[in-house]
Amino acid sequence: MSNIAMDEVKRIADLARLAVTEEDTKMFKEHLDAITIYAEQLNEVDTEGVEPTTHALKLENVMRKDEPKQWTTQEEVLKNAPDHKDGHFRVPSILE
Amino acid sequence: MSLLNHSIKELEEKLHNKEITAKELVEASIERIKEVDDQVQAFITVDEENAIKAAEELDTGEDGKLFGIPAGIKDNIVTKALKTTVGSQLLKNFEHPLYDATVINKLNQEKAMTLGKLNMDEFAMGSSTENSSFSKTRNPWNTDYVPGGSSGGAAAAVAAGEVLFALGSDTGGSIRQPAAYCGVVGIKPTYGRVSRFGLVAFASSLDQVGPITRTVEDNARVLEVIAGHDERDATSANLEVPTYTDALTGDVKNLKIGVPKEYLSEKVNPEVKEAVQKALSIYEKLGATWEEVSLPHSKYAEAAYYLISSSEASANLARYDGVRYGERSENAKNMFEMYKLSRSEGFGDEVKRRIMLGTFALSSGNYEEYFEKAQKVRTLIKQDFENAFEKYDVIIGPTTPTTAFKFGEKTDDPLAMYANDVLTVPVNLAGVPAMSVPCGFSSEGLPIGLQIIGKHFDEETVYRAAHAYEQATDHHTKRPQLGGGK
Repeated sequence: MSNIAMDEVKRIADLARLAVTEEDTKMFKEHLDAITIYAEQLNEVDTEGVEPTTHALKLENVMRKDEPKQWTTQEEVLKNAPDHKDGHFRVPSILE
Repeated sequence: MSLLNHSIKELEEKLHNKEITAKELVEASIERIKEVDDQVQAFITVDEENAIKAAEELDTGEDGKLFGIPAGIKDNIVTKALKTTVGSQLLKNFEHPLYDATVINKLNQEKAMTLGKLNMDEFAMGSSTENSSFSKTRNPWNTDYVPGGSSGGAAAAVAAGEVLFALGSDTGGSIRQPAAYCGVVGIKPTYGRVSRFGLVAFASSLDQVGPITRTVEDNARVLEVIAGHDERDATSANLEVPTYTDALTGDVKNLKIGVPKEYLSEKVNPEVKEAVQKALSIYEKLGATWEEVSLPHSKYAEAAYYLISSSEASANLARYDGVRYGERSENAKNMFEMYKLSRSEGFGDEVKRRIMLGTFALSSGNYEEYFEKAQKVRTLIKQDFENAFEKYDVIIGPTTPTTAFKFGEKTDDPLAMYANDVLTVPVNLAGVPAMSVPCGFSSEGLPIGLQIIGKHFDEETVYRAAHAYEQATDHHTKRPQLGGGK
């Protein structure tokens, strides 16, 4: 029976770039426990030799010519940015 | 009778003969929104001023297949002229999408009138629209009940007569389930039939855009416009789009219907079962035949679906980092904190739960056991449909196991909420088209939906079957009684 450790939940939150409180961690743990237990029913299915489906349709690589096109302007793009300066996105310091 | 009670075809004739103008029609629609949307709360954004101006311009310009027809768009389809929130606090101020989705371009080419953006579960994750971070959309048939989700705003707006059609999206039932709960017609086209360019990604191997309307004919008319290959969506199919309205012949003689026994299990409400059985007897009278079939892997679809869709979502939603667009936390002291706090403050609980599940299922040590296992089961689910379609033209069952539920009934139990989708998720996993069409009402007066599933790229047969049934019944003529007129 699946039972995910609190530390493991915190590690997953870190991988997912989510800040979690102790309370959040408990909520996520309960949900992950419930759904992984629920998902264990998939083990009843014999999938020996079955190929995984990644996509509903059989598609080969779809290629197109790599041609530059006018898409939008820098000004337009920066309109949505929380912070920008001199035509660049600005973020808080990366190094301490 | 209000203008808005006519079909799209009737309105096109009136517009063409200059009996009415596009402006009058748009004004009638906006009037209706003002009258009932306080109760229904289907819209996040209404663009009254621009819509009326655009309608005035239309009246002096060229014709189109959806000329002047008022429409609402689910708020996860990007619109250059309108804020696109995806139901999330994280995008509450996303005022300047850089482009129109391909489906919006196609609607514009055929002169449809977009009046606004419709409420939804945040990032399309949910089955009741209760996960919207903006408002509680209500079921027009009884405002104590949810409209379904995630395209709850889209289904409610059409059912309430606010717009003639809406575009929704369906990853695991998000068009069909709210269509069933609100007594309207909704189709999830074959995966690849409609371009996903400009649809905010949830689970890319499952997502599909489709129309919600009051009648099958209106629905066929809108899908004709939005379907087709798009070089900007490499997964869109390079196939010719049939004229779906030509498929509405009313003739279902010798149509072979398969009815999956798994779709009429003891988990399905008796009233829903009875409505489906009545529908089958109508098909018999119309000359179709039906027999029971088995889709043996159906019971595993829900687990496979939640693992696959959440895994894809965890990757797709990694883009919301507070750098280029969307909200950024003001409390971050460095870049890592900015990522984490912006996401934690911006996403609601259900979105976080799915990101967590997806990250878990994709992480090393879990990948084979969960994600890949689910993908293998997906293959078997797809084969179930392929086997059944060797013998049958369509597969028919209920859209949902129950009718709409009350607010708050399932919000504390994610697994109970997910169980709503048990009859719709197999369709997305297989990629086949499926429609929900009204097939009656429960004793409480809540609508019931009939689900008609077709072969890959055979929307025509789905439309033909749905139309013949609709014409033989009068469910689609019933309207909810909202305050302030009918």
